[in-house]
Amino acid sequence: MIQVERLTKRYGGTTAISDVTFQVKKGEIVGFLGPNGAGKTTTMRILSGFISATEGRARVGGYDVFEEPLEVKRRIGYMPENPPLYQEFSVDAFLAFVGRIKGVESEYLNERLETVKRQCALEEVGDRLIRHLSKGFRQRVGLAQALIHDPDVLILDEPTVGLDPKQIIEVRELIKRLAGEHTIILSSHILPEVSMTCQRVVIINNGRVVAIDTPDNLKSTQAGGNLVRLEFRGEEDRVRQALQSMGHLKSIQPEATAGTGVGLRIEVEAGFDERAGIARAVIHSGADLLELKAAGPSLEEIFLKLTTEESGVEA
Amino acid sequence: MRNIGTLWKKELNMFFVSPIAYVVLTIFLLLAGFFFNSIVVRVVEFSIQEMIQAQQFGGPPPERDLTQDIFRAFFGVLSTVILFLMPMLTMGVFAEEKRRGTMELLMTSPVTHWQIILGKFLASVTFFALMLIPTLIHGLFVYLYSEPRLIWKPVLSGYLGIFLLGTVLISMGIFISSLTENQIIAAVITFTLFIILWVIDFAAQGTGLVSEILRYMSVLTHYEDFSKGVIDTKSLIFYGSLILLGLFLTSSSIESMRWRE
Repeated sequence: MIQVERLTKRYGGTTAISDVTFQVKKGEIVGFLGPNGAGKTTTMRILSGFISATEGRARVGGYDVFEEPLEVKRRIGYMPENPPLYQEFSVDAFLAFVGRIKGVESEYLNERLETVKRQCALEEVGDRLIRHLSKGFRQRVGLAQALIHDPDVLILDEPTVGLDPKQIIEVRELIKRLAGEHTIILSSHILPEVSMTCQRVVIINNGRVVAIDTPDNLKSTQAGGNLVRLEFRGEEDRVRQALQSMGHLKSIQPEATAGTGVGLRIEVEAGFDERAGIARAVIHSGADLLELKAAGPSLEEIFLKLTTEESGVEA
Repeated sequence: MRNIGTLWKKELNMFFVSPIAYVVLTIFLLLAGFFFNSIVVRVVEFSIQEMIQAQQFGGPPPERDLTQDIFRAFFGVLSTVILFLMPMLTMGVFAEEKRRGTMELLMTSPVTHWQIILGKFLASVTFFALMLIPTLIHGLFVYLYSEPRLIWKPVLSGYLGIFLLGTVLISMGIFISSLTENQIIAAVITFTLFIILWVIDFAAQGTGLVSEILRYMSVLTHYEDFSKGVIDTKSLIFYGSLILLGLFLTSSSIESMRWRE
């Protein structure tokens, strides 16, 4: 349903996203997970046709986002992070306007209006002005406007941000109910939210796709440790023995190095920093330590960063 | 067409739910009424003086078409009033959409950016026409109580001139509104631009080549032909091209949003 290939967006000197590639199958719910500023919104804005990309291609329902934007826009319901609402309109008047510009035929407009109001539990507030509604209701009006033309694809940018725990649960339930009929991409910086609602997760950090997997697989990765890369000159066996006598190391594997020394890739149990111990072990075994480094932020670290941001919500 | 209609209707609705539109409408009608009244009083006094002078010197009473004098002065005042009021009408047209994020809704809907621009432009023009229509009542009064009867043709062509002038100002104002998400900034810039247009008109009053050129460029001088009852193709083309220029600039500003955001 959605194919994104090597999408890159640069503004001035900064790169918002680079080389983003992923696919979404029909009927799937995919979560974009990443810290704030990772490039989730940029990717969604490109897919919805709000902004253009510097490089790369994106197709929705077989139509190229840049070549046939109107066809794509007909098939997408998009809810930006701040729902776009005309505060001085009533819910009914606003949804009717959106329905018309989204191309809903007049004879179906009333029917669609009733349907989305029922789906989003807005029946009671149809004639209320949007400015008088609570944040939770506005969020649901935002969702209703994305649904009004019964799009194949729903793109929801942080659909639960700024809501209280009860409203968050309501919106998540609603999204789950919408699954199946629609292909859904939703973004979040909260891991539990994504793992609860999505079948697949695309993790984005600093504008790059770090991982694409099912929430379950990602969770098992999360149980793994962080990596230390090591390069030394000396006898590999003695170093290995010294390392094996240490605690908290999960695995030791050989690794090619760019230099002349021997390379090892050591997996350390989560929550332990064993770099000093590893350095001592190498030196004690009589080898020359050439290089020792923690191998970048592991998935787990990104995950930890993400997971610690939500508290108090259980669904 | 249907999309433009939908956007036009929504935009017109927005005018009528916002206090600014009512403020502009009220100020405009009050000023128009006030100036019309004082113009009538002044023109009548002046012509009485002329008649007294003519009697004193024994000459024939001067040939004057009072009603045309009244309307020419009235259109002069109206043009200045709309120069000052129009920024308030156009400042929010795009700036507000950008500020509240609804630009994102419009841009991700299956409508072209020309449909968005035309819907908004036509709604502002409609609102401006709705501002002008009540002032016709002044013409009606003059028509009912003047002798010789008011000739409508120059009055209506004068209205056409004012309408075109206002439409030019709307297309420029909308362009400026599309450059920012702060409607106050949009209003200030639009206002500054219109003041410059006004100053150009002053500078064009003199003689010499510079004044001549300025007179040709001034948006204000061109409607004067209209208020004399002359619908000049040159002026029509002049206004028409300024309106198109404003719309094209708006179009490229909206298009560039897709690259800048």
